[in-house]
Amino acid sequence: MPKVTIDGKQLDAPDGINLIDAAERAGIEVPHYCYHPGLTIAGNCRMCLVEVEKMPKLQIACNTRVAEGMVVQTRSDRVKQAQAAVLEFLLINHPIDCPVCDQAGECKLQDYYMDYDDRPSRFPLGRKNRKGKAIDIGSGVMLDQERCILCARCTRFFDEVTHTSELAIFGRGDHNVVDTYPGAKVDNQYAGNVVDICPVGALTEKEFRFRKRVWYLDRTPSICGGCERGCSIDIHHQRGRIYRFKPRYNPEVNGYWMCDEGRHGFPALQGESRLIAPLVQAKDRMAPEGWTAAIRRAAETITECRDLNGAASIGAIAGAQATNEEAFALKRLITSTIGSKHLSGFSWSPMAASADDKLLIRANKNPNSEGLRALGLAADGIDRLAAAVASGELKVLIALRADLAGALGEAEFGRRFGALDYLIVLDTDVNETAQMANQVLPIAAYPELDGSFTNFQGRVQRIHRAFDPPGEALAATEVIARLGHAIDGVTRPGAAEAVFAEMAASEPAFRGLSIEALSPHGALLANRSA
Amino acid sequence: MEKILTRWLDIPDLRRIEVYEAHDGYKALRKALTEMTPEQIINEVKASNLRGRGGAAFPTGVKWSFIPKESKKPVYMCCNADESEPGTFCNRYELENDPHGIIEGILITCRAVNAHVAYIYFRGEFTVQKRVFDAALAEARARGYVGPDVMGSGFAVEIYTHRGAGAYVCGEESALLESLEGKRGYPRNRPPFPAIQGAFGCPTVVNNVETMHNVPHIIARGADWYRSIGPEKSPGPKIFCLSGHINKPGIYELPMGFPLKDLIYEVGGGITDGRKLKGVIPGGSSFPVFTAEEAVKVNMDFDSVRAAGSLMGTAGVMVMHDGTCMVDVLRTVAHFYHHESCGQCTPCREGTGWIEKLLIELEAGRGRMEDLDTLISAATNMEGNTICVLADSLSMPVKSFVPKFKDEFIEHVRLGRCPFRDSEPRPVQMPEVTADA
Repeated sequence: MPKVTIDGKQLDAPDGINLIDAAERAGIEVPHYCYHPGLTIAGNCRMCLVEVEKMPKLQIACNTRVAEGMVVQTRSDRVKQAQAAVLEFLLINHPIDCPVCDQAGECKLQDYYMDYDDRPSRFPLGRKNRKGKAIDIGSGVMLDQERCILCARCTRFFDEVTHTSELAIFGRGDHNVVDTYPGAKVDNQYAGNVVDICPVGALTEKEFRFRKRVWYLDRTPSICGGCERGCSIDIHHQRGRIYRFKPRYNPEVNGYWMCDEGRHGFPALQGESRLIAPLVQAKDRMAPEGWTAAIRRAAETITECRDLNGAASIGAIAGAQATNEEAFALKRLITSTIGSKHLSGFSWSPMAASADDKLLIRANKNPNSEGLRALGLAADGIDRLAAAVASGELKVLIALRADLAGALGEAEFGRRFGALDYLIVLDTDVNETAQMANQVLPIAAYPELDGSFTNFQGRVQRIHRAFDPPGEALAATEVIARLGHAIDGVTRPGAAEAVFAEMAASEPAFRGLSIEALSPHGALLANRSA
Repeated sequence: MEKILTRWLDIPDLRRIEVYEAHDGYKALRKALTEMTPEQIINEVKASNLRGRGGAAFPTGVKWSFIPKESKKPVYMCCNADESEPGTFCNRYELENDPHGIIEGILITCRAVNAHVAYIYFRGEFTVQKRVFDAALAEARARGYVGPDVMGSGFAVEIYTHRGAGAYVCGEESALLESLEGKRGYPRNRPPFPAIQGAFGCPTVVNNVETMHNVPHIIARGADWYRSIGPEKSPGPKIFCLSGHINKPGIYELPMGFPLKDLIYEVGGGITDGRKLKGVIPGGSSFPVFTAEEAVKVNMDFDSVRAAGSLMGTAGVMVMHDGTCMVDVLRTVAHFYHHESCGQCTPCREGTGWIEKLLIELEAGRGRMEDLDTLISAATNMEGNTICVLADSLSMPVKSFVPKFKDEFIEHVRLGRCPFRDSEPRPVQMPEVTADA
């Protein structure tokens, strides 16, 4: 660990890191555009120039590795002059169309101009070079060549991360433009990442732009529920609406990136079909009722059936969209409160879903298949449940986030589960199974939940409640706790943190884990190694 | 003075291998292969004080010694024939008239740095030169001087010729290597330096054509002989490229340290139309201009020109008489660097265009007094802060033309027109904004 001094602060920097990262460890920002830790060094923006003792020229911090005894100035007069000069150069041909630019508020050109330049322009507006604007380059990405500062982050992303090279820089000098090849468009499952890493308003997201000024958005750390990878994300939301997902750095899972399928998965979480009140089947239609009545009805149905037919007449199935806490709570309800063995997980992905790729995408579109497996809720239990229904043993089924009818098809569902006396569905939306249920209990979608998912690597990762669930919907753990209480009078915690603690105490796979220790990058299950 | 590099002027058909060999050709290569170790070749070139002729004047032997001796990767030699500095045109004549002299230099260099593959990168426009060179290469290959067993020594060298696509910046050695690898011609960040990671990630030595041309003579006649020509620290024969308002423009081989005054008035036959000298750019358009008073005191070698406040660069000497508008000259220079900036680094990409636009306005009589300060500050801000020196190549002329000919710049603003042109402000086209401009 070489000792370096940056702006008078001494630190031991890990071997091989550059001066931008070293300065960050000392709490010092070295402004930069082209440098991105997930990409190779380009060294073209010249914004990170710093003064290094014994070197006559200013050095770019991105391409300067720490060395023993190095003394660095990031705020000397020479450096300040160079930073102001680079900003002046960058703005010469920039259209300064901030009022209509969707990047405003998260634009490094705006931010650094205020921090490092803040002078009137010496360049008349009329002489600016004009380039292409609002070009739809494909994959939901819009390109504005005038705003582009040619940092080459986007071209490097497609060259180095996806190895597809859809974008390149064409032309020369100040006529340089980022563009696609003639006649070609970007068609890439990871294209959204170039919008994320574009430091200015050159690349914006077609779906997001002009929807919301970014300074109104709240950010909540979470996990993408789109597949079993479980990329770390931030949910950008306001007043209970999600506006976008952004990848959050996680060296163990997704690095700096996420796929577009996951990125654009949020509209499904806040669609028209969301359930907002408990429903009960009444004369060919589903009628809303209050939670007290709904819980009492479900508990009485279960209790009566158990008393009449034995505990084995009650069963449950948990979809792999359920959190660890929800699955654990359901398992405890069935095995401990009710005393039945009829319990299964359910992991289903649409036939047309994307297959595993070499970067992030997984064919299994469930965020928590591994968590269910770790809790003993193997997905193959569905055949046993169907057999128990067929034999007449299983009469009441609780389906948690398990759209069996949607997955199996209505006919197959009818053949296997049609003989049930009573179906209780806990889900977020009016899906096909919910439409056949005797009772539907509305629960929170994962952005509305605290809890955890376990990804395919066995990494348990934290999700946070970004906002409240719609209408009367409740966290499923809370619903299950109330149901359990109504059955046996025992009060159990419904909050995710408490459920997790109990899970860690009783489930071997989760032993030693605590929910607090999951942030920010997750923790492996007890029997897993990285 | 004896002609060394430009022997072809006295020896007809020197480009043919039998003529070249009849005049001691390839003897230096034989000596290097049979009588000298690679170490001895490097030491001889070091001792000769040969400095790179591509413009940077770096000691050639020292450059070779940076190549790792026990490299696990192959070592590449690359000869830079991307001659494109404005005012420079000696390499093209060397390639056309003495290709074997350059091939021999390349082969000796390969031996010195233990390279078995050499490339020669021609500027895109050098179609004739490449054809002549390819023919010479075929002759040399037929005689076994290039190939798997050079002169029966067991040492293998293959030479490949490659033509660029017409970008000035590809004469910069790292951009040249990128281009050679089939990529966009962007200069590379250093470190790593080409001697460690050059072509295809392997140690590479890049040398200019004229530098290669000197090498056989040094090996044949020794470092002491070479050092006796011109100044001790900057010795050797040099081909000067004389252009502009001069009666006898052309290339002239002279010893290093030759007085610029004599180059202009004796060798070059003086200024056209009997006019007075106004200024001289001594080393290609990238370097500071000399006023007439400065020019007549300078000797043309790397150290003397540097001491006088400019650089000898490629020795492209551009002469301007007193009817020359210096604002227009600087505008032309700025147009070139604006056009040729690769656009990778912010200061160069934006600064070259800004400076050209300011100069267009000044020359058209639409400039403002504060533009003179803006020119200097934009040039200063570009300088030294980019990956390669293309930004400096415009900064240096701006920072010499503006102060040295300040009255002329002020006159343009005061009159609202160019004093060297007719009295009406002339319409000036703004540079085109299309990507292929």
